[in-house]
Amino acid sequence: MKLKNAREIEEGTVLKEGTSKKNKTGNWKTFEPVVDFDKCIHCMKCVMYCPDICIFQKNGKRGKNDLSMCKGCGICAQVCPANAIKMVKRK
Amino acid sequence: MKKIKALTGNGAASEIMRQVNPDVVAAYPITPSTQIMEDFSQYLADGKVDTELIRVESEHSAISACVGASHAGARVMTATSSAGLAFMWEVLGVAAGLRTPMVMNVVNRTLSSPINIHCDHSDSMGARDLGWIQIYSENANEVYINNLIAIKLAEKINLPVMICQDGFITSHCVEGVDILEDKDVKKFIGEFKPKYSLLKDNIAIGNLALPDYFYEIKMQNVIAMEKAKKEFLRIDKEVNKLLKHETGYFEEYKLKDAKVVIVALSSTCGTVKSVINELRKKGKKVGLLKLRLFRPFPKEELKRVLGNKKIIVMDRSVSLGSDAPLYIEIKNATESKDIYSIIYGLGGRNIYEKEIKYIFERALNNKLKKLEYVGVRK
Ligand code: SF4
Ligand code: SF4
Repeated sequence: MKLKNAREIEEGTVLKEGTSKKNKTGNWKTFEPVVDFDKCIHCMKCVMYCPDICIFQKNGKRGKNDLSMCKGCGICAQVCPANAIKMVKRK
Repeated sequence: MKKIKALTGNGAASEIMRQVNPDVVAAYPITPSTQIMEDFSQYLADGKVDTELIRVESEHSAISACVGASHAGARVMTATSSAGLAFMWEVLGVAAGLRTPMVMNVVNRTLSSPINIHCDHSDSMGARDLGWIQIYSENANEVYINNLIAIKLAEKINLPVMICQDGFITSHCVEGVDILEDKDVKKFIGEFKPKYSLLKDNIAIGNLALPDYFYEIKMQNVIAMEKAKKEFLRIDKEVNKLLKHETGYFEEYKLKDAKVVIVALSSTCGTVKSVINELRKKGKKVGLLKLRLFRPFPKEELKRVLGNKKIIVMDRSVSLGSDAPLYIEIKNATESKDIYSIIYGLGGRNIYEKEIKYIFERALNNKLKKLEYVGVRK
């Protein structure tokens, strides 16, 4: 994200509504989760445990990761009973 | 149309507050500014203003309530002194950083310890780097005029403004003060139109800014101060159309042909003027520069007028362990080598004409030391 300069930002730290949608914090992470769908048993534990709502289910199936808010905490990999998630160092 | 009222400096401040009729005033009265709030609560009790007067338990809360109310869209004023200002410290910076357009009358009083209720400038001088505009007033008339300027300036630039006057010397002495009609004040200041209101807009203020944005937000305050400097002159001239006064960042008193000039703030300037009149009769080329706007500091303009004169800077505060604040600023602005520092009047110690005469005469005879403490038993 391109950072704004002093003359472009609102005076006095005013933030308008909905900024969390624009401010993608996913670039903070060092490790990111990679899923092996061959191993996944669709138990949905990772969906429930992810603190940043990066994993969604659709029609009873675990969906792909949306890592735009993922902090790389590794909780999903920890809780997965099928060892389907690996934390991989980002390039 | 104007009329003359017999008012103290505090009375001039409460009079303009009555005429402005702010939406919110939050205050915790403290000597010597107490009369401002006494008068104002009387106006409220008498139905002369319809302000929401918030009586808080401390100055920290007073200024916090002011900041909150201002961002809710209210026109806000308050008053304080000394320890009260010191207790506001944390939120003074918040007010400036959040771009709060509020006006505060600061009746200068020294800081403890020893505890003392009398005038010096250590309270407001300590607050000089917190992002507030600071205007110093020589007398009650200027308190009134500077408040008029301050309200417009604050709301134009979105910065808080301090109007300083000397505790007791100005705040408790009765003078004839030129007062505008209520309707003229109302017309001059107009309606307060805040850019945002916490009550109406979906916004958050006072957000966290980490190293990736903090510096830019501070930079905005730097830019705002530059703008405030220009706006001050413009608004000052507007006020001059209503109430004639010495306009500009500073008043030049017999300065043009002066060889030796005193630079000072607030009430002392009256005493200096009287000494100048006397010395001028004897043909001594002496003058005064009375600084009105201390923040933002009119650096280039001061350099232009003080140029190659012998400069004596009179500070009514000390920076313990270094040179006094006004002296440092004037020396920096003028880059002068022929400049002298006088410390005087701490904790309300009187400054007399004979002492100012002594300072001028020593300077004229090239006998003044680089730094002199006047009026103290060493
Ligand atoms: S690493 Fe943490 S934040 Fe990222 S998807 Fe897994 S649980 Fe969510
Ligand atoms: S926890 Fe593991 S097995 Fe369960 S849904 Fe997530 S990835 Fe699949």
